[in-house]
Amino acid sequence: MTAPATPRALPMGTATRMFLRMLAVQSSWNYETMLGTGIGFSVEPALRALQGGRGGEQYRAALARETHYFNAHPYLAAVAVGALARVELDGTMPPAQIERFRIALCGPLGSVGDRLVWAGWLPFTVLIALLAYGLGAGPVVVVTLFLVLYNVGHFGLRAWGLHTGWTHGMRVAGSLATPALRRGPEYVARAVMGLCGLALPLAAARILGQRAVIALHFDRATVLGAHALVFLLLAIAALLGLALVRLHGRLDGWRVALVIVALLALHSVVT
Amino acid sequence: MLTTILAFALLAALLGLDVVSFPQAMVSRPIVASTLAGALGGSASDGLLAGVFLEMMALETLPVGASRYPEWGTASVVGGALYVSRRGDATSALLFAMLGAMLTAWAGGWSMYALRRLNGRWTKRALTSLEAGNSRAVTGLQMRGLAADLLRGFLLGFIALALLLPLTALAVAHGHGDSARIRAVLVAVAVAVAGSAAWKLSHGSKHGPWFFLGGLAVGCAMLLQS
Repeated sequence: MTAPATPRALPMGTATRMFLRMLAVQSSWNYETMLGTGIGFSVEPALRALQGGRGGEQYRAALARETHYFNAHPYLAAVAVGALARVELDGTMPPAQIERFRIALCGPLGSVGDRLVWAGWLPFTVLIALLAYGLGAGPVVVVTLFLVLYNVGHFGLRAWGLHTGWTHGMRVAGSLATPALRRGPEYVARAVMGLCGLALPLAAARILGQRAVIALHFDRATVLGAHALVFLLLAIAALLGLALVRLHGRLDGWRVALVIVALLALHSVVT
Repeated sequence: MLTTILAFALLAALLGLDVVSFPQAMVSRPIVASTLAGALGGSASDGLLAGVFLEMMALETLPVGASRYPEWGTASVVGGALYVSRRGDATSALLFAMLGAMLTAWAGGWSMYALRRLNGRWTKRALTSLEAGNSRAVTGLQMRGLAADLLRGFLLGFIALALLLPLTALAVAHGHGDSARIRAVLVAVAVAVAGSAAWKLSHGSKHGPWFFLGGLAVGCAMLLQS
C-alpha cells in the first residue's frame, strides 16, 4: 500500500509532457469539477505506462478517476499530479483509496499554495518591481526583473511539486511540512510588509514628478521642501488605506477606487 | 483605427489567457501587460506608468479558485492602449485610461464567470466519455476551454477598445481638470489601495507592522535625500 523505498525514475519525455500540460491545468476550470479535468489531462502521459497501454482497461479506469472533482492551488497541483501518477502506476492501492487520497490532498495543497504564492510570492515580486520603478528603472528593467524573479519561484515550485509527488507517492503529505513551505509564507509576509513601506513612497514620488510638485506650489512652502506633496498624499493615502483595512471583507479597495476615479473623471468633464 | 484595435485585442487575448488558463506566468499582471501594450502603441514608458497605477489597484486581487475577481490582464492592455493612444493632456488621458481599464477589469470578471459556467456545461455534456476514461474527451475539454478563454479576451479587448478609444478622446478633449491635482488624487487612491492590500495580506505575520514602519522610514529617508 505504500510507495517503494527506491522510486522508479519518471522518464524524461513523460515528465516533460506532464510539466507542459500542468501549465494548462486550469484551462477547463469550472464550478462542478474545478481542476478535475486538468488533473486528468496532466496525469495522462504517465498513465500510458499502465498494463494494456493507452486505451487499455487500467488506463481508462485510472483516467476516469483522475478527472473527478479536484481543487488545489494550480502550482501546487503539481504535487498531486506527481503523487497520483505514482500511486496509479504502483497499482497497489484500491480505487476507492485513490479517490480518498485525491480528496485528502485538496485542502493542504490549496491553503499552502494560496498563502505561499498568492498572498506571499506574488505581492513580494510585484513590490520589488514597484521599488525598481520608484528607484528610476525603465520599462525593460522593471518588467524583466518582475518576470524573471516571479517565474523562478513559479516554475521552480511546479518542478519541485512534480518531482516530490512522484518520489513520495501516497506519503507526499509529509513533504508539505518542509521548513520552506511551513515557515516560508511567514518570512515572505514580513518581506512584503517591509517592501510595501519602502516601495510605495518612492513609486508615488516618481509618478508625481517634479512638475506636479511645482504646479501645486508646495515646493517652497514647507520645511519638507519639494517632497511635501508626496508626504501629504501619503498621509491622505494612509487614512484611506486604514478605512479600507477596517472595511476588509465588506468592501473591496478596487471598487472604492473605481468610484473615486469615476467621480474625478465626471468632475473633470463637467466643471 | 481598426488595425490598431485588432492588434491590441490580440495582445489582450494572449495576456488574458495567462490570467488563469495558460501558463499563469504573470505576463498578465498590469505592470507587464500595460507596458507591453504601451510598447505596441509606441511608448513602453507610458505603458509602464499606466501599469504601475493599475498594479497598485490590482494588488489586493487574489486569483483564488472559485472567487469572482476583476480580470486585470485584458484590462491592463486596454488601459495601456488608451493611455498611449492619447491626443491631448497626458494626465486627463491617464485618468480616463484608468477608468476604462477598471471598468474593463470589472466586465472581465463577469466574462470569466460566464466562461467557467460554460466549461461546466461542456464538462457535464462530456461526463459519459470522461467516466469511460476517454482521453480525447479530456484533451477536447482542455483545448475547448483554452480556445474559449482566448476568444473571451479578444472580444473583451476589442469591444472595450472600440467603445473606449473614441470616448476617451472625447472626454480628454472636454476635460478641464487641474492636471497636477488629478494626478495627485490618482496617486493617493492607488497607494491607499496597494498599502491596504499589503497590510491585509501580511499584517498577521510576526512583527509585520514593524517591518512596514521600518520600510516606510527608509523609503521616506531616501525620498528626502533625493
